[in-house]
Amino acid sequence: MLEIKNLHARIAEDGTEIIRGLDLTVKAGEVAAIMGPNGSGKSTLSYVLTGREDYEVTEGDILYNGESILEMDVSERAASGIFLAFQYPVEIPGVATMQFLKVAMNEQRKARGEDELSTPDFIRKVKEAAAELKIDMDMLKRPLNVGFSGGEKKRAEILQMALLEPNLCILDETDSGLDIDALKIVADGVNALRSPDRAIVVITHYQRLLDYIVPDSVHVLYKGRVIESGQKELALELEKNGYANIIEKAA
Amino acid sequence: MPAVQETIDQVRQIDVDQYKYGFETLIEMEKAPKGLNEDIIRFISAKKDEPEWMLEWRLSAYRRWLTMEVPSWARVEYPEIDFDDIYYYAAPKSMSGPKTLDEVDPELLRTYEKLGIPLREQEMLAGVQQSRIAVDAVFDSVSVVTTFKEELAKAGVIFMSISEAIREHPDLVRKYLGSVVPVSDNYYATLNSAVFTDGSFVFVPKGVRCPMELSTYFRINEKNTGQFERTLIICEEAGYVSYLEGCTAPQRDENQLHAAVVELVALEDAEIKYSTVQNWFPGDSEGKGGIYNFVTKRGDCRGANSKISWTQVETGSAITWKYPSCILRGDNSRGEFYSIAVSNGRQQIDSGTKMIHLGKNTSSRIISKGISAGKSNNTYRGQVSAHRKATNARNFTQCDSLLIGNNCGAHTVPYIEARNSTAQFEHEATTSKISEDQLFYCLQRGIPEEEAIALIVNGFVKEVIQELPMEFAVEAQKLIGISLEGSVG
Repeated sequence: MLEIKNLHARIAEDGTEIIRGLDLTVKAGEVAAIMGPNGSGKSTLSYVLTGREDYEVTEGDILYNGESILEMDVSERAASGIFLAFQYPVEIPGVATMQFLKVAMNEQRKARGEDELSTPDFIRKVKEAAAELKIDMDMLKRPLNVGFSGGEKKRAEILQMALLEPNLCILDETDSGLDIDALKIVADGVNALRSPDRAIVVITHYQRLLDYIVPDSVHVLYKGRVIESGQKELALELEKNGYANIIEKAA
Repeated sequence: MPAVQETIDQVRQIDVDQYKYGFETLIEMEKAPKGLNEDIIRFISAKKDEPEWMLEWRLSAYRRWLTMEVPSWARVEYPEIDFDDIYYYAAPKSMSGPKTLDEVDPELLRTYEKLGIPLREQEMLAGVQQSRIAVDAVFDSVSVVTTFKEELAKAGVIFMSISEAIREHPDLVRKYLGSVVPVSDNYYATLNSAVFTDGSFVFVPKGVRCPMELSTYFRINEKNTGQFERTLIICEEAGYVSYLEGCTAPQRDENQLHAAVVELVALEDAEIKYSTVQNWFPGDSEGKGGIYNFVTKRGDCRGANSKISWTQVETGSAITWKYPSCILRGDNSRGEFYSIAVSNGRQQIDSGTKMIHLGKNTSSRIISKGISAGKSNNTYRGQVSAHRKATNARNFTQCDSLLIGNNCGAHTVPYIEARNSTAQFEHEATTSKISEDQLFYCLQRGIPEEEAIALIVNGFVKEVIQELPMEFAVEAQKLIGISLEGSVG
């Protein structure tokens, strides 16, 4: 589903290269974990995949379902089924979460040439998905992310993921700022979305999240490249021994 | 929710630089000769069949105006206005005073239809769901028709053009006209006092709640013509009225002048809610053309426990110079000002309010939301003052500015004056930009850029939109979306 080939990307403003020859393949139905020390390019990768303009791809390609997406802008990529659950979801004052959900869902449907959702259908979908994530409907009347706790923000991200039904989900440090109960709820939400035709890329700093979202593959990112790939056991090894050994081996 | 969707649809449908109301009605007009002198004032007064005292009032205003100087303290720039190059009176030839709907020139009715203003009572009554709104339609210098007059009269409410009121209710007009905005108040108010042509008159007698929303729709059509609107609303003891004005003008290369005076009087326990959706032609993106909107609006909370609330959505005009104010004279009276001012292209807005606390335990609230885009400049200018005897006066002010792009300006100029130690004034101000992070977040959810901006802006102004009568809230949201289009990139 996702094929990243020799990708090089830099910060548009100052030309600093962050991604330096990254290769990665994630198949439909696969959950891939991307791990790596601070500054290895994990968050940048999520932005480059979703098309944020602050970054420029200078070499290589990103294929999604076999086709290059480099020429697509952010909202086109989103409508084609690429979703990013943000590490720090932004506040949008005055815009009720429900309202935001409806606009987003309908815009994506429109972009795909589908009819808009009727209000009863919309409400029904939201209620079902919210119940799964133990989200109170009252929370959805509040402006998006404004005054939300860390746990509420992350649950709202997963709720959007569930409602927008993407093909490729990228989760950026979804575990940060969560206590263990909230982490479990969020992980259950993600696990419920695992399906044979959906790929999930979990970007994380710690192994902890991977106890709950068990990955099919683990990739270590360092200085903008994947320096080691393996099975879920690789994450446990990293947890025990840190990144130093692997980095040394790669060098 | 649907309103936002409509904003989005609307933004998509319309091309950049497209002012929806920019068409011109071709109709034979009767005009006074160009320029301003005592004869022109006599002409206007005679056209309106006014009593002698009214003419004298106008003439004395004119003589005073000749001695006054153009105010220059606002943050707006424009070439000097040649007051002799303006027509001060223009009326459709078929009109000699308001008539019944059947007698109104069909071309005029079509104009209002095109503007989406309902003038046919039957049609409005036909839609059961639709709430009924009485309309006074002012075309250049005259009121063409006022709807629901009879039904309102049954409730004791007088709603008619000011020209008619001067003839039919001279005592009321004489008692209140100029009692809130004195003839000598300021340059443009004095000019208006001399040459005002039409506007609305509302009188709500003691104990009456006006049974429907009242509204006036101002349309400038004729070239090189100034519009000098004069509106007077009086709400007697324990009365209530909600009034809305709307404004549009054709798209022209020349600037046109709209200098209005609006006076509100609320007696004991009375409440007046005054809402404006101002959408005069703003000029093109290079700043050519557009209306100069120099307006004096003031409400007098004359009686104890009275309340006046101003809500404005300002999206049009090349220049806006406007400060709807409240004089809180009665004890326990309350003044409110809710404002959304949107500037794009080369528009210049200098707007705000004055809350003058004179009575005891008076309170006021100011919520101002300024949105600047393009190369525009948007200034909030507000004064809050408490008189020596205004013990326990309270004010809360919140001014938020939102900038879109890097070439616009937002300014906040508050004047706060407390002459007694029991007054409590609070002022909060913020300036923000639509952040890259907010935009990226919306885009990542599949919301295209213009829609994302409309969504964020509608969130920003929500507090004020809520204050508008429901029917107009949707309209206002659409208008804001349209005004900001082309502001991206």
